[in-house]
Amino acid sequence: MVDPVLIVESVVKEYGERVRTRALGGVDLTLRSGELAALIGPSGSGKSTLLNIIGLLDRPTSGRIVVAGADAGALDDRGLTALRARALGFVFQFHHLLPAFTAIENVMLPAWGDEGFPSRAMRADAEALLAAVGLADRMSYRTTDLSGGQQQRVAIARALARRPPLVLADEPTGNLDTESATEVFDLMRRVNREDGTTFLVVTHDPRIADRCDRVIEIVDGLIRSDRKNAAPPRQA
Amino acid sequence: MPFAWFVALRYLRDAKGQTALILAAVSIGVAVVVFLSALITGLQTSLIDKTLGSQAHVTLHAPREAPRSLVFATPGKATSTIVQPASQRLRSIDRWPAVLADMERVAGVTAASPMVVGFGFALRSDAKEAIVVRGVDPERLLAIVDVRAKIVAGRFDVAGGDVAVGSTLARTLDVGVGDKIHIATAEGVDDVVTISGVFTLGNEAIDKTWVLTSLRHAQSLYALPGGATTLELKVADVFDAERVAVELQESTGLDSESWMHLNASLLTGLSAQNQSKSLIQFFVVVAVALGIASVLAVSVVQKSREIGILRAVGTGSRRVLAVFLLQGGILGFVGALIGSAIGALLAKGFEGMSRGADGAPQFPVPIDLSLLATATALATGVGLLAAVLPARRASRIDPAQAIRNG
Repeated sequence: MVDPVLIVESVVKEYGERVRTRALGGVDLTLRSGELAALIGPSGSGKSTLLNIIGLLDRPTSGRIVVAGADAGALDDRGLTALRARALGFVFQFHHLLPAFTAIENVMLPAWGDEGFPSRAMRADAEALLAAVGLADRMSYRTTDLSGGQQQRVAIARALARRPPLVLADEPTGNLDTESATEVFDLMRRVNREDGTTFLVVTHDPRIADRCDRVIEIVDGLIRSDRKNAAPPRQA
Repeated sequence: MPFAWFVALRYLRDAKGQTALILAAVSIGVAVVVFLSALITGLQTSLIDKTLGSQAHVTLHAPREAPRSLVFATPGKATSTIVQPASQRLRSIDRWPAVLADMERVAGVTAASPMVVGFGFALRSDAKEAIVVRGVDPERLLAIVDVRAKIVAGRFDVAGGDVAVGSTLARTLDVGVGDKIHIATAEGVDDVVTISGVFTLGNEAIDKTWVLTSLRHAQSLYALPGGATTLELKVADVFDAERVAVELQESTGLDSESWMHLNASLLTGLSAQNQSKSLIQFFVVVAVALGIASVLAVSVVQKSREIGILRAVGTGSRRVLAVFLLQGGILGFVGALIGSAIGALLAKGFEGMSRGADGAPQFPVPIDLSLLATATALATGVGLLAAVLPARRASRIDPAQAIRNG
């Protein structure tokens, strides 16, 4: 596994043609393999912008992004898509599963969409992941027939489908009740411990942030603080 | 299953109502195209068959005799002349057996038949009817106009002095098979002949006037020993007749006429029919294309967030393009299959409804596989084409924006 998994170097992002709005004012950030980091900050601080840039969904105005050893600036759109498919997993606030498909199909889609054809290994992988998130008996359910917590667990399984070194989670527990939120976070923590997958979790919830290894606070497009949580509670 | 097929089929299945509606529209469009094509083809084939059932494709005559002035210009004198056309005699084509043999070798000519065609009257008691006497070589004539199949009484046998007459003529003269009639030619030759058969060719002018006899008999009636006034030809492609006629007129110096020339108004009608058919089909195709395009355009907007997610998790833009192109193609293809079946059923139903008094279909409405295959290929192509713009739009969706705004 490439270490560090993510390097962000003096990334600036500006919007607008005439009136230029600076969303990110020069961000430096390095994530080492196996970290579970929280990204916190008030609304409009640039969290989502940074996450989109790290997620290769948006390009910075200036600065450098290196994901799993690959310099994103040197890649065209197809290259970015391929890198996204192999190196990154996404968990969104509103799960963003595809309602027309079953749970297992949703988990298979990233690999299927990248390679073109489904394979036996793909299905076995997806089954194992759904079992690991506790949904072995819900595999052929339409995602619309699952509860919010279950949907988010399917989304995590989907994010992990290609065994990416880095998973980006945008408020993964944002619209879940406390119990489901804890369940979902525990799941991420377990995957992080067991597989060494690196997580960057955007959250508003201080309880979630406190349980991460590291908390990065961003305000007005700049990193204000970056602290390590001394001893994250060991809890599976 | 390939990813794009899987997603395309799932999207179509998931939006059942939309898919059913647009499939119905495509099916109806294809059914109209198929039915209209079959109907017009059947109608035209039957019209042409009826027209050509009693007519040669190309007819050749000896050229008209042109009058010449007998007054010669004298220097220093002004002379005015009036030249009046001579009355046309019945003349034989020079060396017609050689010409006939040449004709048979012309590319595209499938049969040729010599004839003596003359005018006269048929008399019986005090009835007197104008007739056209046609002296024919029976076997050669049958290759061009199948009189034998059109015989309604007796048989087609013109050996010796026997004749076959049109059914209307027989009725007017109140004669039947075995009766004798008196023929007087315009040249003043009289003869008494026995009727061996009565035919109905379906063309009133023919059934009312034609008297078919042997070539030799007609030659003696019109004092043209060994002669033939007319050569009739059949060609392989009926629409090639005019070209063959013009070519033969040039090469033989004979006057020629094709059925196309004689039936110019029929042909104008047919081509107008073809044009209106094409026009209707064109607009149906446009309507189908617009239908598919608008359904897919709506679907792309509805699914933009899902497309953004697919893109975010690593699906290439080409695969997204393929997903929507395939939906268009599948809608066109499946619609065409259903539409072809409906069109074929309509055609068969129509054929059944338009039966004549004898129970036989008035005209066939032929559904052939090539028509169905063409319609299916066309609809699939139109579906793909209609999907191009929506699919391109889908493939260009910006994932970050789609996820944020969706």
